[in-house]
Amino acid sequence: MDSALYVMWHRQIKEYFRNKQRLIVSLVQPLLFLIAFGFGLGNSFQSSGNFNYIQYLLPGIVGMTIMMSSTMGGMSLIWDKKFGFLKETLVAPVSRINLLFGRCLGNATTSVFQGLIVLFLGYFMGFRIFNWSMFPLIILCMFFIALLFNLLGTSLAAKFDDMQSFPSIMNFLMMPMMFLSGAFFSTNNFPKVLQFIVKINPFDYCVSLLRFVISGIETNLLLDFMVVGILILLLGFLGTRLFNRMEV
Amino acid sequence: MNKEIVNVNNLLKKFGDFVAVDNINFSVKKGEIFAFLGPNGAGKSTTIKIMTTLSKANGGSVEINGFDVLKDKKKVRESIGVIFQDPTLDEDLTAYENLYYHSILYGISKAKRKKKIEDLLNYVGLLDRKNDFVKNFSGGMKRRVEIARGLLHDPKLLFLDEPTLGLDVQTRTFLWNHIKKVNKEKKITVFFTSHNLDEAEKIATKVAIIDHGRILIIGTSEEIKKKTKTKSLEKAFLKLTGYDIRVDKADGVDRMRRFRR
Ligand SMILES: Nc1ncnc2c1ncn2[C@@H]1O[C@H](COP(=O)(O)OP(=O)(O)OP(=O)(O)O)[C@@H](O)[C@H]1O
Ligand SMILES: [Mg+2]
Repeated sequence: MDSALYVMWHRQIKEYFRNKQRLIVSLVQPLLFLIAFGFGLGNSFQSSGNFNYIQYLLPGIVGMTIMMSSTMGGMSLIWDKKFGFLKETLVAPVSRINLLFGRCLGNATTSVFQGLIVLFLGYFMGFRIFNWSMFPLIILCMFFIALLFNLLGTSLAAKFDDMQSFPSIMNFLMMPMMFLSGAFFSTNNFPKVLQFIVKINPFDYCVSLLRFVISGIETNLLLDFMVVGILILLLGFLGTRLFNRMEV
Repeated sequence: MNKEIVNVNNLLKKFGDFVAVDNINFSVKKGEIFAFLGPNGAGKSTTIKIMTTLSKANGGSVEINGFDVLKDKKKVRESIGVIFQDPTLDEDLTAYENLYYHSILYGISKAKRKKKIEDLLNYVGLLDRKNDFVKNFSGGMKRRVEIARGLLHDPKLLFLDEPTLGLDVQTRTFLWNHIKKVNKEKKITVFFTSHNLDEAEKIATKVAIIDHGRILIIGTSEEIKKKTKTKSLEKAFLKLTGYDIRVDKADGVDRMRRFRR
């Protein structure tokens, strides 16, 4: 394994598990969403529809957890800029593309871990994985989605470096992606304009993908995979460019 | 023997219209302890960032250990150890872990890692603190960890940007002695900046004084004192660079003064 890839991957994971406060916060937020949507929205849905809402909702919460923690993964780059560790890695005889990907893969691993915790918590609310033989594929899909949003967050963090504004910019980006998607409810009854936005929202494809592998709800699998794959390539390319040009 | 390990030719660096490094030329010979001195904002750190491949020049060329900093980045990076002006340790890791990741990044073989790291931590007197988090270290201890880390991969050339900033007399003495020792025993060329001119005078075998992005003089301390007819390097420095306090370039008055010059 490439040394830069390994070092960055290892370090991101180590620091995630070492910082207990951050660890707990990262797990409480999805739990809150799960409770609020599961009990709150779930009750009103079940009275009207006939599908099991928790089977529908849980992949959405998993997706949201992964998207949020992954984009915020960019924060660690901003910290490293501010506290100097970035320089130590940039001056080492390694390629920047591996520094970027190592970082993103490390963060992605921790995001997948958070996604799995959400799955586990779902079990207490009546959720069931529809087919255990899909489990490796579930992990793989979570991982790709985590990588996608890590590349997004880290690329943006390479460009901006203000500690205060970065989280607000990320939230500004994520909120519409989250709510103008089928993460929490079906978008079939949205007005035409909003339905169009859902169609160009990459997060919606991520959620469909998760919904298929986790709950077995039908989707256009090929299209979902293509959207995720192409975005990883594009953002990987963009991130590498930005990383190569970064001066500290 | 006296081959050049650093060659800087017509180096130019601008930030917008502001010229931070203004066509400078110098070279450093193997085995030298080279002091790069100048007032605040003179362009020292900017030059070091270009020499260490972290920043791109607007003109000119830099060769380190025979490799071009733009074309042969990897080779240049393998040849150098850098202690930056601002700290670059990961404070959430222990001293050992900081050095451990460094040893992987620089391709030190697994078999040698542990021994090398412990030897160097011992060398800077921190072996018994190796498993403590860096965030709990004092400024001087952090600096020593950085020096140990900079030496870990046996660089040919060591950059130290104000290595003794904010350190007490004991630690400063300790560090300068170390730097001398490293230079002598490990045959590492040293390139450093400092605002402590007495210390620089004592340790440097060659001195360059830079101000407003231009090199004013290069030579041994003796030569510089002779040329400026002064008794110490500090006096020579003041004579050459004047008594004005340097204000940041954003300051309009300073800017005007700079252009009037
Ligand atoms: N990224 C940057 N953008 C704009 N101006 C910069 C940047 N980096 C440095 N400068 C300017 O370039 C000039 C030289 O800065 P530099 O850090 O090289 O000075 P220095 O000689 O290291 O000073 P000091 O002794 O205070 O460390 C300063 O006027 C500084 O404000
Ligand atoms: Mg400086």
